Amino acid sequence: MRPQRNMPSGPRPGIRQSVHLLKRILGEMIRHYKFSFFAVVVCIIGSALATLRGTLFMQSLIDDYITPLVRDHSTDFSALGAALLKLAAVYVIGILCAFGYNRIMVNISQGTMERLRVELFTHMESLPIKYFDTHAHGDIMSVYTNDVDTLRQLISQSIPQVINSFVSIVTTLVSMIVLDIPLTLLTLLMVCIMLFVSTKLSGKSAKYFAKQQKDLGTVNGYIEEMMEGQKVVKVFCHEEKSVEQFSELNQELRKSAYNANKIANVMMPVNANIGNISYVLCAVLGAVLALGGYSQLTLGTLVSFLNLNKGFTQPITQISQQVNSIVMAMAGAERLFNMMDEKPEEDNGYVELVNAQVNDDGSLTETAERTGVWAWKHPHSADGSVTYTRLEGGVTFNDVDFGYDDKKLVLHNIKLYAMPGQKIAFVGSTGAGKTTITNLINRFYDIQDGKIRYDGININKIKKPDLRRSLGMVLQDTHLFTGTVMENIRYGRLDATDEECIAAAKLANADGFIRRLPDGYQTVLTGDGANLSQGQRQLLAIARAAVADPPVLILDEATSSIDTRTEALVQEGMERLMKGRTTFVIAHRLSTVKNSDCIMVLEHGRIIERGTHEQLLAEKGRYYQLYTGNAIGA
Amino acid sequence: MIKTLLGQVKQYKGASLLTPLFTALEVLMEVLIPFVTAAIIDKGIEAGDINQIYFYGAIMIVMAFLSLLFGFLAGKYGAAASSGFACNLRQGMYENIQRFSFSNIDKFSTAGLVTRMTTDVTNLQNAYQMILRIAVRAPLMFLCSMAMCFFISAKLSLIFLIAIVVLAALLILIMSRTTKIFNQVFRKYDDLNASVQENVSAIRVVKAFVREDHENKKFTRAAENLYRMFVKAEGILAFNSPVMMLVIYGCIIALSWFGAQYIVVGDLTTGELTSMFSYVMSMMMSLMMLSMVFVMITMSTASGRRIAEVLEEKADLQNLDDPVTQIRDGSIDFDHVSFSYKHGSGEETLHDIDLHIKSGETIGIIGGTGCGKSSLVNLISRLYDVDSGAVRVGGKDVRSYDMEALRNQVSVVLQKNVLFSGTILDNLRWGNENATQEECIEACRQACADDFIESFPDKYNTWIEQGGTNVSGGQKQRLCIARALLKKPKILILDDSTSAVDTATDARIRRAFAESIPGTTKLIIAQRISSVQEADRILVLEDGRINGIGTHEELLENNSIYREIYDTQTKGGGDFDQPAAELTAKEGN
Repeated sequence: MRPQRNMPSGPRPGIRQSVHLLKRILGEMIRHYKFSFFAVVVCIIGSALATLRGTLFMQSLIDDYITPLVRDHSTDFSALGAALLKLAAVYVIGILCAFGYNRIMVNISQGTMERLRVELFTHMESLPIKYFDTHAHGDIMSVYTNDVDTLRQLISQSIPQVINSFVSIVTTLVSMIVLDIPLTLLTLLMVCIMLFVSTKLSGKSAKYFAKQQKDLGTVNGYIEEMMEGQKVVKVFCHEEKSVEQFSELNQELRKSAYNANKIANVMMPVNANIGNISYVLCAVLGAVLALGGYSQLTLGTLVSFLNLNKGFTQPITQISQQVNSIVMAMAGAERLFNMMDEKPEEDNGYVELVNAQVNDDGSLTETAERTGVWAWKHPHSADGSVTYTRLEGGVTFNDVDFGYDDKKLVLHNIKLYAMPGQKIAFVGSTGAGKTTITNLINRFYDIQDGKIRYDGININKIKKPDLRRSLGMVLQDTHLFTGTVMENIRYGRLDATDEECIAAAKLANADGFIRRLPDGYQTVLTGDGANLSQGQRQLLAIARAAVADPPVLILDEATSSIDTRTEALVQEGMERLMKGRTTFVIAHRLSTVKNSDCIMVLEHGRIIERGTHEQLLAEKGRYYQLYTGNAIGA
Repeated sequence: MIKTLLGQVKQYKGASLLTPLFTALEVLMEVLIPFVTAAIIDKGIEAGDINQIYFYGAIMIVMAFLSLLFGFLAGKYGAAASSGFACNLRQGMYENIQRFSFSNIDKFSTAGLVTRMTTDVTNLQNAYQMILRIAVRAPLMFLCSMAMCFFISAKLSLIFLIAIVVLAALLILIMSRTTKIFNQVFRKYDDLNASVQENVSAIRVVKAFVREDHENKKFTRAAENLYRMFVKAEGILAFNSPVMMLVIYGCIIALSWFGAQYIVVGDLTTGELTSMFSYVMSMMMSLMMLSMVFVMITMSTASGRRIAEVLEEKADLQNLDDPVTQIRDGSIDFDHVSFSYKHGSGEETLHDIDLHIKSGETIGIIGGTGCGKSSLVNLISRLYDVDSGAVRVGGKDVRSYDMEALRNQVSVVLQKNVLFSGTILDNLRWGNENATQEECIEACRQACADDFIESFPDKYNTWIEQGGTNVSGGQKQRLCIARALLKKPKILILDDSTSAVDTATDARIRRAFAESIPGTTKLIIAQRISSVQEADRILVLEDGRINGIGTHEELLENNSIYREIYDTQTKGGGDFDQPAAELTAKEGN
């Protein structure tokens, strides 16, 4: 019935795409924080320069101050003192810069995260129902939890660190070149070796990390399935077998996690020690050069250079570590942007629903306040005139075909005429297309062929929000929101007063159980109303629809979980609610269906019989078989 | 909690001990290296002795290789220990869950258990590796560097002793303020995600009531709130590195000043001064790392607590020391049984049930939602224990049996039933691992499942998707019945298991039962009168009490509830909730 769900998490994005994604994220950051971002870059450069100034000072400390002092046996430290004061001033600036960029970065990263979250959510709300049909809810959720989380790390940690490391590398490199070129070349050679080894290692570890991710997915899936069926496992004493199977998958995951982590762990000592070797080589080469008098290399310069050499390897190690987490974040970013790039629900409607007043001559005028009379405001583009049609609730289907995808139709040739105020019932087996028909009226899905008219207007011309506002729905699966019972009822009409909500609850026969809840109407429901029974939740859903007071009602198995005896009580309220409204009812209990103005029997997406209860019984067709319960062949 | 978690390290204790050991050796090398660099500068470069440079250079390269080796081993064992620990945690939880009774299972949600076994375990795995490697490394590094500094010049070292105290105090201040806010932030973060979850599953409601803007506003408000808290927490955290820099720079300036004076006097060499600079750096770095570890640990305590909850959960049903493994027959007796899901809460689900069922009898059970039908039958296979009274099967108290033996003889088809991913045969063999294909087919015939299975292209080898989503509700129920039949039980319980099966097939299944397994005691819970009316006796439950018991005719006469249900159903006729495919299939026959 439903289209196939997409498989979660595809392969990792390629290099080109990663770059593209990274650009997009940076764009997102920079667009809204132009000035801040600029300030951050300035601050990073400032603080890196201050650090560099400190390292270079080592040279002058030894060459310009200590060595002369030692040579002259002088005890005049005033020059040194002055230099140190200057250095202190530079350091203060550096510290301020560091604080500046850390603090501004918090605003940028958290602000970007907030914007992304809100954009993602707002966009999600605008997506068509089809999107939710074709994507597992777990996958959608994982975009918010896992993917947004990795992105948070990317924005608040990786990106600033990479910028920082990059600036350090550039400044350090420049000053190394200034100090001594041959030593710089040697250092660069060692860096090349380091990069080569790191790429080799990270390539390998990326492979294992992918394997780990895959194994984690398998284990996750297995756990999910088994936990869902845990009671069945118990009843069939299948515990040992399931432990055995789990053990296998678990060991597999352990192995890949071990391999992935091993390589990641080794990266740091490898880089650090290549750094150490580079240090030694520089020291030896530097000493040979200095002692041999081949260059103007002084002792102080060499010491400074060695310090720079040490400071050079660190940012490179940092960047190579960040590469891995950036790659991981890109996979998350891809999923996130995929969702952001989904096409939102289209709405080309222009007919609006407005409050109206009936004039003495029977014509309608638009009013601002709620009058209880509604009208369709239909502007005509040809001459700019506007006509008002009173909302009465007549719905017609003309030869409607529909399929969830273009390949397979699930509804064929549906013809349907619901006069204002009539009650239309759909009966038939699961999957015959009953719910689907009602989902076409409110345009959860768009039809392939034919026409649906609402008070004579093609529903495609009506603005979706206005169309849906005119239809009250009680859906097959009841969903409640975190909040008080009162808020949940008020969901139907946000400006309803407490009294109106209570009246609606009474109508749905929900008042009694609500009052017995610990805090009555102020009881807070959590986790989709987990503390209520299915029947109670359905009663609340009915109250919610009642408070909306819509001209057309759609009741999709609205009372299926209410036991027969309670249903009799609800029925009365329901009848009152349905009075004067066009109602579409889907039910498998005859009591709900029997007094309908027209009953449609659906099978395989076609209406095979239609008529009143008596007519259908007289026909002795499928309805009769269903009704009497003695199906054929029994 | 910590004890429970560490108990899961098990066979990875060795690796867990070797990791810090090798880390310590690695640190030792790292600490000694600046010492050698000082020697290179002092004895080699300053003295102009190239041979000394070669000598110390060689030593340093050897040390670099040793350090690399130790680092490699520490990394390797760290990975082994942490991934092994995670593996054991998952295994431990999984095994314990398998020991859970129904009431234990009720306590945890499926989603909750899945997160505990995946995300939470990953968190702990990372934290464990961090602790093994860095929690050893940082203090050790700190102490060694400190010692080296004192070794070089005790007087100079006093300078940054003060600095370190200042730094530590500042870091502790920052950390203690942020962790508190972070704890709040993460709770709010969970709430935010919960509201997304709610919107995803209730998207139809949102759209039907045109509440997109309302939800967007709600979400934006929550997200802004979260943003403010995050900024507050991270804003304080932003002081971290400037504070570090302040202290480090202060030390450098002080060291330069005093160091220069000591060198002039001859108390210190230039080489020693440079190595002191690097020791100061590494001391500060290790403090920084420690503060990071601290944050990591606080973040993962929540995960640890959640995992420990599962590990420490005691299965509340235990076998006796000497359980009975033979079940005489399928008779069932309830002796004044009372039962509640929360023991001692006073909210009793079943009150004083006294019921005696003979072996081979067929009993129908009927009653409104929440009247205790499922609870009643769940006591028979000891899925829960009674509060008072006793349930006896084959004349013996169910608590005296070995649970596995009992459940093999009492086959329950649960109301909320599931199929597992695998072929139809795989699923059927849950009932009996060694069942032959013929036995499986026979069971399916009895459950009226064979004709639709035969209509599938792969027949009995048809692959069932996770949760059985590729078969209809009625087909799923019949497969579940067949699976239960394969156990060849003495007692068969159908808990509303034919609700999605049409009335005619339902009747055929019951007829097949009567013919092929006449000796089996059968309990049938149903909503439809037609499903139970042929039973030997019918039990009417109301609010956890027996309201009436007798044959269909007797109850129609003297039980008002039964009559009421009968009336609403017969006046209305049957119901329409039946798969059309099956009707048409049969029409063709």
